[in-house]
Amino acid sequence: MSILINNETKLVVQGITGKEGAFHAQQMVAYGTQVVAGVTPGKGGQKDNNGIPIFNTVENAVSETDANASVIFVPPPFAADACLEAIDAGINLIVCITEGIPIMDMVPVKEALDNSHTRMIGPNCPGIITPGECKIGIMPDFIHKAHGNVGVISRSGTLTYEAVHQLTEQGIGQSTCIGIGGDPIIGTTFIDLLSLFKDDSQTDGVVMIGEIGGSAEEDAAQWIQNNNFDKSVVAFIAGQTAPPGRRMGHAGAIIAGGKGTASDKIESLRNAGITVCDSPADIGKTMANSLQSKLTT
Amino acid sequence: MKIHEYQGKELFRNAGIPVPNGFPAFSIEEAVEVYKKLETDKVVVKAQIHAGGRGKGGGVKLAIGPEEVQKYADNIFGMNLITHQTGPEGKCVQRLLIEEASDIARELYAGIVLDRSSGKFVFMVSYEGGVEIEKVAAESPEKIIKEWIEPNDDLKQFQARKLAFALGLSGVQIKHAVKTFLSLWKFFKSYDCSLMEINPLVVTNSDEIIALDSKINFDDNALYRHKDIQEMRDLSEEEPSEVEADSFNLNYIKLDGNVGCMVNGAGLAMGTMDIIKLYGGEPANFLDVGGVANAKTVAHGFKIILSDPNVKSILINIFGGIVRCDRVAQGVIDALAHMEVTIPVVIRLEGTNAIEARNLLKDAEHNFIVANSLADAAEKAVKATGEKI
Repeated sequence: MSILINNETKLVVQGITGKEGAFHAQQMVAYGTQVVAGVTPGKGGQKDNNGIPIFNTVENAVSETDANASVIFVPPPFAADACLEAIDAGINLIVCITEGIPIMDMVPVKEALDNSHTRMIGPNCPGIITPGECKIGIMPDFIHKAHGNVGVISRSGTLTYEAVHQLTEQGIGQSTCIGIGGDPIIGTTFIDLLSLFKDDSQTDGVVMIGEIGGSAEEDAAQWIQNNNFDKSVVAFIAGQTAPPGRRMGHAGAIIAGGKGTASDKIESLRNAGITVCDSPADIGKTMANSLQSKLTT
Repeated sequence: MKIHEYQGKELFRNAGIPVPNGFPAFSIEEAVEVYKKLETDKVVVKAQIHAGGRGKGGGVKLAIGPEEVQKYADNIFGMNLITHQTGPEGKCVQRLLIEEASDIARELYAGIVLDRSSGKFVFMVSYEGGVEIEKVAAESPEKIIKEWIEPNDDLKQFQARKLAFALGLSGVQIKHAVKTFLSLWKFFKSYDCSLMEINPLVVTNSDEIIALDSKINFDDNALYRHKDIQEMRDLSEEEPSEVEADSFNLNYIKLDGNVGCMVNGAGLAMGTMDIIKLYGGEPANFLDVGGVANAKTVAHGFKIILSDPNVKSILINIFGGIVRCDRVAQGVIDALAHMEVTIPVVIRLEGTNAIEARNLLKDAEHNFIVANSLADAAEKAVKATGEKI
């Protein structure tokens, strides 16, 4: 098993004829993802280089191909509208890769998500992968090890790859890896995914990669404590050396008014009994030890 | 993006939000001229820097008469103003705001921020105005009253009224406060602000509600639709090397350490800073070169890192995904062929074509220190700060 996506997931690529969309559609097809449709308004009826049919609207794509997931490679000024269109078309899972969407545009998207059955990953994220089955996003797939027992949830991109690489080097495969995005408003939080991993019999452990800004890590720590989450959890929080008041690359990575520091997050997680690595180089090793000690107890 | 108080007040005035009469001054002479133009007795001379806490730092003075205006303008112009928000290095004052002094009965606080967990904006007020609101929030959160703004909607009349009554206002003050709160939200929304704080928002002895300060942050991602705001950017308030990095589309933040770092991805860049610290060093900067780490971006990255004289070694940490490590390695080699770098350069490349990349670096003319892992890289980079090449 895995969470959210598997080899039966049918994907529509919104913005398939753009440079990014075209490149990554090709990569996802090569990985084995069922890319069934593309959407570019005005190019309906055409096909992309992989022979994928292009539609003018997500609604058309869904009714013609039964697509149930969507990935968005639409430029920032139009991306929020693309999210709303996918929600309106009844897509189950949206993965929004686009970085740089105005916050004012994201507020109504979040509201629409809350009032629908659609789940969204991102925006400003690398996407989601169930190794060996389905990749929706821009991550390098070869670093993953298929059919594993560890899930990864992260606010980062390349730091996620770093963690996955370390797990694979330890011989630990992954069930599903999700980059939830670096923006202040995101569709899916640590807690949402932890609760899915809780019910996933394949997953024995979860790596959580957080960073400064907001309180999502503290909330997750609380949730883990309150919900008897008995799987191994290993966390790393990036930004222990980040200065306050500065946005560290991601729009959501900022210590504001003394809130959202790495040390507060680490303390909350440790208080909840979660193993937090001081070094980003120790994530794989620490998870290996944690899984091992679970086996022997 | 941030703007100065006087710019914010100008925008407020145009949006019908009451602010004191006042004008900016860029010299001592101009400060006196502004004073005469205001045709009033008492004025406030306010240092204009992009940080709060200016009063405590000595950057805000009440002046009566042109002599005092001249005296305080002279004192404040060019002073290095240190506040709890500037950091210990402070900021040089190059602009002043001269404005009419207000007849203050009460000092309140009003602010709008994003509540990240609900994904909604929240309008906050407090009757403890004029002090550090962070302190109020930490020590007595019950003194901050909040109203959430529904998505696809505006602050409602009744919400503004609730806030006004909670502040203990009465009579005509309520009417003025409600109008001001509604206007503040409309302003916030129409300009794509990400944060706004009016501290203090004052009640005058004649029951007027006036914004005595304006701290406004604009959402950088929405600036493309606000050309007028873009034009208000004051580059002299920003670190020059950061302005330069921005012009190369590099995400750079200068810090105080001695290990320069160049990384792809914001999270990994923060993680790299953290591990440098863990190995006993201090990061000199945050630098995310993004997805395209080619010879040109790498060369720009080097140029900016090396402009900081504190840097004693450089750590390049690239996790190649779509970007191939051998291309990055070639980029680094090409960049260094055209510039003189006399401090040690430690490189760690992992991911796509990492082995080919290491071979390229080994054969290169420049004497790189090649690291095999993230920990190895941090250790080598910190150690290298004491070495010459």
